[in-house]
Amino acid sequence: MEELKEQTKNSEPKVIGADSETVVKLEHLKKSFGTNEVLKDINMELRKGQNLVVLGRSGQGKSVAIKCISGLLQQDSGSCLVYGKEVKDLSETALKDLRVKVGFLFQSGALYDSMTVGENLAFPLTRVLHMSDDNEINKLVEEMLDNVGLKEAIDKLPADLSGGMRKRIGLARTLIMKPEIMLYDEPTTGLDPITSKEISKLILTMQKKYKTSSIIITHDMACAKITADHIMILNDGVFIEEGSFEELEHSKNEMVQGFFK
Amino acid sequence: MGKFTLNIFRSGFEWNELVRQCYIIGYKSFALVGITGFVLGFVMTLQSIPTMKEFGAVSYVPSMVAISIIREIGPVVIALICAGKIASSIGAELGSMKVTEQIDAMEVSGANPVQYLVVTRIFACTIMIPLLTLMADAIALGGGFFGSNVDGHITFILYFNKAFSSLAFTDLVPSVVKTIFFGFAIGFVGCYKGYNSNGGTESVGVAANSAVVSASLWIIVLDAIAVQLTSVFAYS
Repeated sequence: MEELKEQTKNSEPKVIGADSETVVKLEHLKKSFGTNEVLKDINMELRKGQNLVVLGRSGQGKSVAIKCISGLLQQDSGSCLVYGKEVKDLSETALKDLRVKVGFLFQSGALYDSMTVGENLAFPLTRVLHMSDDNEINKLVEEMLDNVGLKEAIDKLPADLSGGMRKRIGLARTLIMKPEIMLYDEPTTGLDPITSKEISKLILTMQKKYKTSSIIITHDMACAKITADHIMILNDGVFIEEGSFEELEHSKNEMVQGFFK
Repeated sequence: MGKFTLNIFRSGFEWNELVRQCYIIGYKSFALVGITGFVLGFVMTLQSIPTMKEFGAVSYVPSMVAISIIREIGPVVIALICAGKIASSIGAELGSMKVTEQIDAMEVSGANPVQYLVVTRIFACTIMIPLLTLMADAIALGGGFFGSNVDGHITFILYFNKAFSSLAFTDLVPSVVKTIFFGFAIGFVGCYKGYNSNGGTESVGVAANSAVVSASLWIIVLDAIAVQLTSVFAYS
């Protein structure tokens, strides 16, 4: 019996950041849009340095959950704590300070159409960090573009970029603020498998380089496999299962199995 | 409205963006407003001459055209034209930014989208619409001069002497003041409709359309109020 216990203990996958501090905590989070109850009872914890992947079918409220974390949406009930502070109770100034620490990569990249790639990256530096030294700004922009392998795109407009390039630039624009927490909203959706893999690897590389904690919303299993330390499966407004990629791969839950087939 | 007012007085006013918007709203509407102004003066003169001839009052045509254009027709027509061009463009631009999450991206980065996108556009409209109207008024008088010369002959100096002799300071000031309000209404309605559009790409079209309709209605209502106020204070 003791031997079996020891064996089970040793076979438990190590969750990265499991013993470090909690940076994001959602407790009994509920959110509805009219009569449509999207999030019914969400409980989730993101620990420092962890890459948490949230898997779920489309329309299950994955993006709604991370929009509550960034303060773009407010929950109906429950709590959404970032660094121990309730996001919906923050003052405008405190929310702005928090947003500097929390980066958000949108599904489409959300690049500003009227600005070049360089201006897109410089925008948060001048408007949020109030940097005024052009040389310093250019240096940071070039460094970040170099990180995502798109240094040559600095003068291009978003309309001239491919989907994968837009996501890379979106990632660069978010990371230029050196956030401590990254929220990725379906970073590989709409991309071919090769570009999708490249973006997933880039997310992992950037996470290691900038030591961010991340929540990655996706339904792309390849992305989940590359990036996840821990996976949570969202279905019908609640998390139905969680664990490592390998654990969930052997889950007996039919819905979870559907993702791995 | 509250957010707009608060953001005017916040530090970090977007001067560069204001200049860019003035260029887009003003300079890029120059041709449309200029042609409209010219045609307005030209057609009005051609339509008025036969009737005025019946009363033997053709010499009053320049004065009549000048007063009509400067007091009423110029500001209202140009504002309506600008509502069609500018309010729809602002509504569609901000609506599309909202739908493609660009405004959300600005917000989550900690930047202030109202200060950058809304305040600058409303100010640019408030500054540029009066200037465009003044320019259109001047071109309309030029159009009137050409209209007078289609069938008859009047010198440039005589035409403008006649036109300006009947105009007073009290004709110009109220009309310029009301165009400031027209400009504000165009900018405000365009930004409001675009910024608050929700849903998919369809909402961009709805925002643009609804911006034009609402801005046009506001212009007509504001004009009615302005005419009443002017008749009480300026012409009494």
